[in-house]
Amino acid sequence: MNDQPIAGVGFNTVKPRPYLGITTPETSKPPLAERISVSDVNFYYGDYLALKHVTMPIYDKKVTALIGPSGCGKSTLLRIFNRMYDLYPKQRAEGTIKFDGGNVLDPKQDLNLLRARIGMVFQKPTPFPMSIYDNIAFGIRLYERLPKSELDDRVESSLKRAALWDEVKGKLNQSGLGLSGGQQQRLCIARTIAVRPEVILLDEPTSALDPIATAKVEELIYQLKSDYTIVIVTHNMQQAARVADFTAFMYLGELIEFGETAQIFTKPRQSKTEDYITGRFG
Amino acid sequence: MAINAAMYRRRRFGNVVVMASAWAAAASGLIVLAFILATLLYKGFSGLSLAVFTEMTPPPGSAGGLLNAIYGSVMMTLLGTAIGTPIGMLAGTYMAEYGRGSWLASVVRFINDVLLSAPSIVIGLFVYEIMVVHMGHFSAWAGGVALSLLVLPVVVRTTEDMLLLVPNGLREAASALGSPRWLMIVQVAYRAARAGMITGVLLAIARITGETAPLLFTALNNQFMSSNMNAPMANLPVVIFQFALSPYADWQKLAWTGALIITLAVLALNIGARSLSQSRTND
Repeated sequence: MNDQPIAGVGFNTVKPRPYLGITTPETSKPPLAERISVSDVNFYYGDYLALKHVTMPIYDKKVTALIGPSGCGKSTLLRIFNRMYDLYPKQRAEGTIKFDGGNVLDPKQDLNLLRARIGMVFQKPTPFPMSIYDNIAFGIRLYERLPKSELDDRVESSLKRAALWDEVKGKLNQSGLGLSGGQQQRLCIARTIAVRPEVILLDEPTSALDPIATAKVEELIYQLKSDYTIVIVTHNMQQAARVADFTAFMYLGELIEFGETAQIFTKPRQSKTEDYITGRFG
Repeated sequence: MAINAAMYRRRRFGNVVVMASAWAAAASGLIVLAFILATLLYKGFSGLSLAVFTEMTPPPGSAGGLLNAIYGSVMMTLLGTAIGTPIGMLAGTYMAEYGRGSWLASVVRFINDVLLSAPSIVIGLFVYEIMVVHMGHFSAWAGGVALSLLVLPVVVRTTEDMLLLVPNGLREAASALGSPRWLMIVQVAYRAARAGMITGVLLAIARITGETAPLLFTALNNQFMSSNMNAPMANLPVVIFQFALSPYADWQKLAWTGALIITLAVLALNIGARSLSQSRTND
């Protein structure tokens, strides 16, 4: 499908272990590498403390779902990873988020470069008021000067990757606003992967879509997992169970439980998690 | 369900009264406009000829046209728009994108609203004081500057309003791709607000096309064709003003024709602005 190498994937953080004479059994899983490490993060909207001492790992090339009732801070946490909250005065975060040897929350962090490496897709599809082609090319042109033919290739491969190419290949010069909601959302995903980020943040990406479009986007998330680290916020627990390898349950600004998705949904350790996933509140 | 018949009748009657008043109010506005247009067409249309667009304003008693006045109006309108539009757009951009909710933006918005409703004769006197007096003579430059002061607040206001209508989601999406703020504004926010911003400029041009007072104190008038921006320059509003007040029938007739030309130009600009803003809502 996409035979080009993806930037950021070449230097995998997983280092080969020294041979100790022990052969690992075939059933054991490959070691997990932390792509992002969140430690002791607090977040404030003005004086309101919205996240309290959140500490969790985001594993490399895995899908991590953030679930919890409305207002629990899951979107807030997601918007810290790419410092999206910095667009608004009076919002601030404390703590450390380690990513690629640096701290995301460092005030000296170059936000534009950070956001080029940690892409984001929003709840509402947000195509730019320009052609489908330019929607994709916008992000690429920000950091790369490519000859026309290479740019064309990149636009095409991004749209193919987002499973949208067949639907739009004949009308790349038409406005992105003319697409259906589901197509617009896949356009936004294509736009995000076109800049070749290392991490993709998805903020309730299917909540504005119908079931068929939702299934397409979920299928896409599954495909993207092989090359990208994905964090998804969802209020749909079935979706978390379908797409995520790891799930974090949040409640009232606190991380209640983090673990492998199967464990969270079948053997939750915290009673609050169990109450939530069994539908007793939320 | 029990319906109180008396109450229901009263309500229907009230509905008829309010609807009739609304219709009457709308109709009276339209009738006045139609009457103005009809008078202008009746008095001005007969004077329309090729000569109006090819000959200069005549002395009393001889034939002529409005060429120098039309030329002057176009030049000074262009100058006023060229000065006022960029400053206005930048100021509006500051208020909507950078200084949203800040103290400075509120102050600028308030002063801009004052400027928006300032009588144009005050603007004319102001430019007379700062330019004409110091230069020692009336000039088209001063006329253009006076008009730009009328363009400015309209453009500031529409630019800010239109940018505020751009959903924040678009700004976040552009920023999330790693776009610096200025590039997001230029490539995404401006594009989303483009139709509305152009509409604002067209409305500003429409407004200054008919302004007389600011030009009376700055560009004055010129009986001859002049392309010297540093000298008095003829323009339609002042020519209409002078010719309409004159005792000469042929001058009065030219004044009607000039008034018709201005009105049609303003009408065309307004219709253009409307169709643009409609094409925006159809997006």
